[in-house]
Amino acid sequence: MISSLSIGVLALQGSYDAHLQSLKRFSVNARLIHHAEDLASIDALIVPGGESTTMLELLKKTGYFWEELQQFVHKKPSLGTCAGAILLASNVENPTQDCLGALDITVQRNAYGRQLQSSIHDGRCKFDDSDIELVFIRAPKIVRTGSAVEVLAEHDGSPIWVKQGQTMAATFHPELTSNAIVYEKWLENIKPDITALLKF
Amino acid sequence: MQSDKENDAVRLKVGLAEMLKGGVIMDVTDARQAEIAQSAGAVAVMALERVPAQIRSEGGVARMAAPQKIREIMSAVSIPVMAKCRIGHFAEAQILQVLGVDYIDESEVLTPADDEYHVDKSAFRVPFVCGAKNLGEALRRINEGAAMIRTKGEAGTGDIVHAVKHLRNIRREIRSLTLLEDAELYSYAKNLQAPYHLVHLVAKSGKLPVPNFSAGGVATPADAALVRQLGAESVFVGSGIFMKDSVTFCSEAEAESRAKAIVRATVYFEDPKILLETAAELLGTMKGLATSQLVTGDLLQYRGAS
Repeated sequence: MISSLSIGVLALQGSYDAHLQSLKRFSVNARLIHHAEDLASIDALIVPGGESTTMLELLKKTGYFWEELQQFVHKKPSLGTCAGAILLASNVENPTQDCLGALDITVQRNAYGRQLQSSIHDGRCKFDDSDIELVFIRAPKIVRTGSAVEVLAEHDGSPIWVKQGQTMAATFHPELTSNAIVYEKWLENIKPDITALLKF
Repeated sequence: MQSDKENDAVRLKVGLAEMLKGGVIMDVTDARQAEIAQSAGAVAVMALERVPAQIRSEGGVARMAAPQKIREIMSAVSIPVMAKCRIGHFAEAQILQVLGVDYIDESEVLTPADDEYHVDKSAFRVPFVCGAKNLGEALRRINEGAAMIRTKGEAGTGDIVHAVKHLRNIRREIRSLTLLEDAELYSYAKNLQAPYHLVHLVAKSGKLPVPNFSAGGVATPADAALVRQLGAESVFVGSGIFMKDSVTFCSEAEAESRAKAIVRATVYFEDPKILLETAAELLGTMKGLATSQLVTGDLLQYRGAS
């Protein structure tokens, strides 16, 4: 019997509810994170899609949440999707803004354009050629990856899903599709016995 | 697996609404206001020629904002930009789509262009938000292709009473739907004047198939927390941020303090200690207009076909 994993979803703004719903497919203990002190009770964190400027403003305003969050994502496994990927990056362009530096990547915001350029594609994972559904909404682009960063999927010649240690970032929205591969790979990375986490 | 293109279009429209959840969408009339809204933490801005309070006090026909005004706002901020078209004015909507706005609000705040029909929103690639006072109205708009519903308050008044009433209406109607037997849903759909497939969907899920935000009359952080606790997933704030009264703008410092406080109250809507802080940091609030003193003809929420 393995001990259960506690996954937090940063719930300041954005698609945190969609992530919470997606996590129901796994035998993990999922909870929403509103304050710095909530971080103490979780093993890993998801930073959802939404507006990165809004989350930045809220993180910087509410006491020491920014510093505590930075410490957390540097120590513990994290997963950032879309705006979450922007927050976890080490450099952000278009425009330049603060980020947590959990992954050695440079991210360009709104790189494909506005909502009319949002799109859904069928893609393939690099590691095993399996199917992955890619939902891009006003998506950012990963324009640089450091040497410690592994690219898990690409689209149009750019990395869209990357991993460094136990932390991952995706420029698309795994929380808006029934395709669970991003969660599976991330959780497997944290707890290799993924079959024990999967709900059947 | 996902080859249905029409379905994908709907998913992308609702997907953007999903990203705006838990946030505040602020009305702005120029680039400077848009910057203030963004730096205060707005998730999106609504580009307007005049805010609802001005439209109300100045009268005249209120139309889609000038394209150069919307462009100026689009280039000033990195967050999504919405713009309003008149109810039923599909040509204004076509122009806004080509302009590249991220969301169109088919809004009763502007003077309706068609008193019988709304825009066929499913024919557009840009997502639409529409207002609703009750469940039937919400489902009719969703059936026409709206990807987000905002429960109607009375825009431009700073009076929250109608936003509360309509949020409660919709929640009550949804709750009662979930108690009905399948056989009863057909007749209930007829009474709601809403399509059966949507009525059935709501009865089974206990919620609208698209995000439900609140708009109209939100003027303070406490107002934002109130509508969030009543079930609104995000909040539209119009005149409440930048107006002193229905004619004059407040100072930038005051607008900034209101914007930040409302953003924070929208996120921490269930935490009264934080709400106290947000109320205390306000530099002032819009004077407002009590809707009970308005005659029915002055109420924007009844404009256009319901």
